[in-house]
Amino acid sequence: RAMELPPGHFSAARAAAAAVGYLRYLRGGPGCGLRLRELRRARRQDIDDVGHKYYLDLELEDVLDKDRTVSCTAEVLYHLGSKTSAPDVQLTVQGELRSTEEADKEFYNRMRSLEKELVAENIPDSHGNVPPELEPIHLLAWVASGYVIWQNSTENTKFHLAQVKHVQQVKRNDEDLQFDFVLLLHEMVSQ
Amino acid sequence: HQVLRIKTKNEEEVKQLQLLESLEHLQLDFWINPSAPALPVDVRIPAASVQSVKAFLESQGIQYSILIEDLQDVLDKERQDMAESAQRQRSTSSFDFGAYHTLDDINAELDQLASEYSFVEKIQIGQSYEKRPLYVLKFSTGGSNRPAIWLDAGIHSREWVTQASALWIANKIASDYGTDESITSLLDKMDLFLLPVANPDGFVYTHTSNRMWRKTRSKIPGSICVGVDPNRNWDAGFGGPGASKNPCSESYHGPSANSEVEVKSVVDFIKNHGNFKAFLTLHSYSQLLMYPYGYKCTRPDDYAELESLGRAAASSIRSLYGTTFQVGTICNTIYQASGGSIDWSYDNGIKYSFAFELRDTGRYGFLLPANQIVPAAQETWLGLKKIMEHVRNKSS
Repeated sequence: RAMELPPGHFSAARAAAAAVGYLRYLRGGPGCGLRLRELRRARRQDIDDVGHKYYLDLELEDVLDKDRTVSCTAEVLYHLGSKTSAPDVQLTVQGELRSTEEADKEFYNRMRSLEKELVAENIPDSHGNVPPELEPIHLLAWVASGYVIWQNSTENTKFHLAQVKHVQQVKRNDEDLQFDFVLLLHEMVSQ
Repeated sequence: HQVLRIKTKNEEEVKQLQLLESLEHLQLDFWINPSAPALPVDVRIPAASVQSVKAFLESQGIQYSILIEDLQDVLDKERQDMAESAQRQRSTSSFDFGAYHTLDDINAELDQLASEYSFVEKIQIGQSYEKRPLYVLKFSTGGSNRPAIWLDAGIHSREWVTQASALWIANKIASDYGTDESITSLLDKMDLFLLPVANPDGFVYTHTSNRMWRKTRSKIPGSICVGVDPNRNWDAGFGGPGASKNPCSESYHGPSANSEVEVKSVVDFIKNHGNFKAFLTLHSYSQLLMYPYGYKCTRPDDYAELESLGRAAASSIRSLYGTTFQVGTICNTIYQASGGSIDWSYDNGIKYSFAFELRDTGRYGFLLPANQIVPAAQETWLGLKKIMEHVRNKSS
């Protein structure tokens, strides 16, 4: 009942982008930037009165650990006629993503030790540069944009984070870190 | 000029800013447009309007802060940095192909190549909306109106790796003629025309004002929005699906086909020449190698040959650094989009029409780090070469 899609077909790529957005939201962090290395297989099922469901085999990598890849299966269900609800995404990651506990702790301590709240703009800059000390902030933006992308994805959209326009650390009285981001999202299909 | 960051507290204030946006005489340039109360609005204000805009904001109780006190200072410093870097480059008499350059520097390098190689000539095929010359490098070792190959880059100005790659490719072809068997036999039979900056107004705008600008910079009658998507403006299914009739859209097709002088100049040049066999265009990003059609989802008559050639080219690309390009029609691979250049060229008898989307797949997107320019150009060149060799073989 599920129809095989050529992995190069746009509908498969769009569903994969939604799945990766959701995955970044779930599992990303300042020490972990997940990206899609390859879409290995895609199938689609049209479910009467429900919507369109995509079954995807993804090969992922952590941009901070490029020698290793991790396989992941995803099911992306776009609800029929719904313009306001996010697609349902179910993910199963096969194997282990490397632990980022060390990197996360280091980032946390570094931010806590700053004298003034962090402010930065244009990450990457016009020439694609990201200063090494801002890379964790860049990856946090992937987490944030992952959520936004997942929530706003439809079969007719393919979102990517184009740039972090502005990030401002927010002063807090407790021990949490808070960052306000202004992000530029690129929507490929409507461009 | 000053750049202000405005923090709106509610919908009412957003509406006030949108009103401000519509007042053309103030010549405000919104880097971030007013859309919702939670989002800051960044706006560049020409010196003459600064006082009145601030007075307006203050009278409405709208909070703002000064993001850039004096934009000229920032630009002067940047220009100084780039001039110093250019000085360093000129004094070592070599162009840094692994860096991003301004339009002026690119044009200087075109002159440099034309003066260095007898078979390379810089010609002007027209001028942009803002009257910048459209320069094409003609590679020709002789003959009269030989069968020709067209290659362009930068039709969408924010796709910086394409203009940069075009420069590298120009230099590669020029310097390898006479020693590389493939290039030599190609140029001995055919001419090559290369337009490295197909949208110079947009390109300058990405340097001076908005790095993410895509379209031309033409004024649209009756709209505060500027620019037409030059890859929706060709006469191929013009105005159909995948293009917008809203002037403020990134994919606005324009008032009519070929309304953009940047597009019309290429159309006229190719029609007048009359002997083009291939039309190749560079975009970024996504790593795709596509052939017609975009405006309709049916296969072109030459589907089998184009698919096979596309796969061979993608294979060549992959052989260098393992970079994978997906191959297919525009409609199947990316989206249905009308008014595109390769659809026009194909429907006008130029069989070998391909559109490349270069690196990467989204990690950096349009903001590809400069250290990837040369690898991207190198691998893309292998794909282009594969196609050109096939065209040469078929043209004998």
